[in-house]
Amino acid sequence: MSDIIRRDPRAEWIARNRLHPLHAAMQPALHSWMGPNGIIRKNVHGVGFIGPNGIKRIDRSGAQQGGAAKRTAAVHVQLPLHQVPAPAFYINVVPDMVGGRLSSHDRDLLGLARQLAGSDGAVLAVVFGEHKEITFATAGVDRLLVLEGHEFDGYSPEQRVQGLRAVDNQFNPRHWLLPDSRSGGGELGRRFAASLKERPATRVWQIKGEACIGRAGAGQEDLARPLPRLILAAVECAEPVSETRHEVLPVELSTALARSLPRIEDLGAVAVDPGAIPMAEAEFIFSGGNGVKDWALFHQTAAALGATEGASRVAVDDGFMARDRQVGASGTWVTARVYMAVGISGAIQHLQGIGACDKVVAINLDPGCDMIKRADLSVIGDSAAILQALIAAVEAHRNGAKRDAA
Amino acid sequence: MTTHVISLVSIGAHPTSGRPRRAEQDARAVELGLQMAGDKLQVLHAGNIHEPTLRSYLGMGLTQLHVLEQPAGSDALPVLSEYLRDAGAQVVLTGSQAETGEGSGMLPFLLAEQLGWPLVVGLAQVESIEGGVAHVLQALPRGQRRRLKVRLPFLATVDNAAPKPRQSAYGPAQRGELAAHEVEIEQDELFTGALLQPAKPRPKRLKVIKAKSGADRMKAATAKASGGGGQVLKGLSPEAGAEAILKLLIEEGVVR
Ligand SMILES: Cc1cc2nc3c(=O)[nH]c(=O)nc-3n(C[C@H](O)[C@H](O)[C@H](O)COP(=O)(O)OP(=O)(O)OC[C@H]3O[C@@H](n4cnc5c(N)ncnc54)[C@H](O)[C@@H]3O)c2cc1C
Repeated sequence: MSDIIRRDPRAEWIARNRLHPLHAAMQPALHSWMGPNGIIRKNVHGVGFIGPNGIKRIDRSGAQQGGAAKRTAAVHVQLPLHQVPAPAFYINVVPDMVGGRLSSHDRDLLGLARQLAGSDGAVLAVVFGEHKEITFATAGVDRLLVLEGHEFDGYSPEQRVQGLRAVDNQFNPRHWLLPDSRSGGGELGRRFAASLKERPATRVWQIKGEACIGRAGAGQEDLARPLPRLILAAVECAEPVSETRHEVLPVELSTALARSLPRIEDLGAVAVDPGAIPMAEAEFIFSGGNGVKDWALFHQTAAALGATEGASRVAVDDGFMARDRQVGASGTWVTARVYMAVGISGAIQHLQGIGACDKVVAINLDPGCDMIKRADLSVIGDSAAILQALIAAVEAHRNGAKRDAA
Repeated sequence: MTTHVISLVSIGAHPTSGRPRRAEQDARAVELGLQMAGDKLQVLHAGNIHEPTLRSYLGMGLTQLHVLEQPAGSDALPVLSEYLRDAGAQVVLTGSQAETGEGSGMLPFLLAEQLGWPLVVGLAQVESIEGGVAHVLQALPRGQRRRLKVRLPFLATVDNAAPKPRQSAYGPAQRGELAAHEVEIEQDELFTGALLQPAKPRPKRLKVIKAKSGADRMKAATAKASGGGGQVLKGLSPEAGAEAILKLLIEEGVVR
């Protein structure tokens, strides 16, 4: 809901018309009266009305009446829909989908694909397995191809290359775009290029017409070259799509995928010591502030969750946490995918440090604090009780999972 | 029985001065190779044998470095794959990206494709090699590790998660032997159409505010970062609150 403020001309007209039956009800709130001691009291807030741009207007001519009540209308901003009924060609994009969602790198890439597609081409996003993304439409995806199947679960680069080759045969896209990232795209794109025996442009950061520029070597040089079919693009290669909505029509592969025996088998993630991961790149940070009273319990919870510990400045200054654990403007700027703030009020210096975090969970006593406004999920309550319940819940979950496996 | 390991090395460039040096990731490949195979490690370079920097790899304690002689600007891929096909290696280690030239990081992928070997990207540690199968740890972003089972022979790239390379000592570097191999020369066709130029600094992305009115722009410039629309659970028992948090953590895949 937008909070555009609207005047109600009818209410104002009724307030001006002394003969109207509703005249009395439409009078503005009294703004000056005599107090019990004979002093004139004024309510300065009752004067004037809020104009359409949200600015308060006071009409001192005395003509202004009524309509002071703030009215808000639900205005749903609908971006124009970009349709490609019969695509002349395809631009295929394989987003990383870290955590099942489009990353900012993916969005930049889709913006680049949109530029390359122009008005005739369609951007086709190829996604492996399940995803949680709901904003493909505003990210600029015209067609969505979801390759499902257990063979794409976990780390399965060889199977994914097979999948991409099938997509390549069917759609014969003008360009393939992959993020040149460490979270999968860089590797998948190179494997795909090797299997197609095509030379990709790597670390591309600018495309102009039929030429592109990418970083070369150790970043000391740029390589300008004609635009190839396969492009591995760097972060911020283009502006993400922001002004149009797209259809996200589902498409499917017409052929069954060729299966091959995987030569690399994924045996799953290995538990690493979360304390050894540098804070700036930790994926899951469990952070405590002035609202944490029982620090032993805090450490215990972090261990139970397997999270990297962080702290607000107050917790560090009070000596409960080491200086290198401080999150915020004068500490570390973190990039965690999930940030959990326990008893942290959300001072601007702290919020700056977690600007890049994806999901923020807050535990706090005060429902009005700034951290709650930033958080995606907040639980109001005493930190000690909630942390204890959380430990119990995690243990129950782990035991349940073990029993399922057995 | 030790494994037969070959590490591929190239000439790097110092990040500030641009002077030739041993390439950081290739040095890590040599270090990992030394840890796996000890003295049996074979180190291979395709390029100019008279490049003095090659000796800094010898300084890591190698007795010999094999060089497939090639002038600059020729394609290293065919000669390397030709050599590796008959070398009988079980594990071939490379860096993930060259520090000079194109540095596309394609070489290991193309080599693996030509040889028909599996490729492990971002090898951090080899845990065991038994019966033609290796268990290895792969480095993932954000300090995570993944265990993979891979058939021998395989190719692996190492990046900065691999063990730090030992220092290069002057004495061994001078004593070591550079063994030349003659190979056929093929020109790399990339540089016919492409142009290397000094890197341009990339402009910082501006935060563009698309607002229709002045009041909106003011709001966008002064507003605090707030997600809005977050879910607030109030008046719940601690257990119910903890359940809700745990559900989100499991959904996000951070609690397993
Ligand atoms: C130049 C400068 C730089 C700064 N840099 C940083 C920085 O880098 N990082 C940083 O963090 N700060 C920084 N600060 C400090 C910052 O302004 C705040 O003072 C600090 O972040 C507040 O920390 P807090 O949220 O832990 O404490 P408080 O503001 O005291 O908040 C405590 C919160 O815990 C809640 N609470 C209390 N008891 C409980 C309970 N039992 N259960 C649950 N919740 C409870 C309260 O409701 C409150 O919201 C900086 C300040 C300055 C001036």
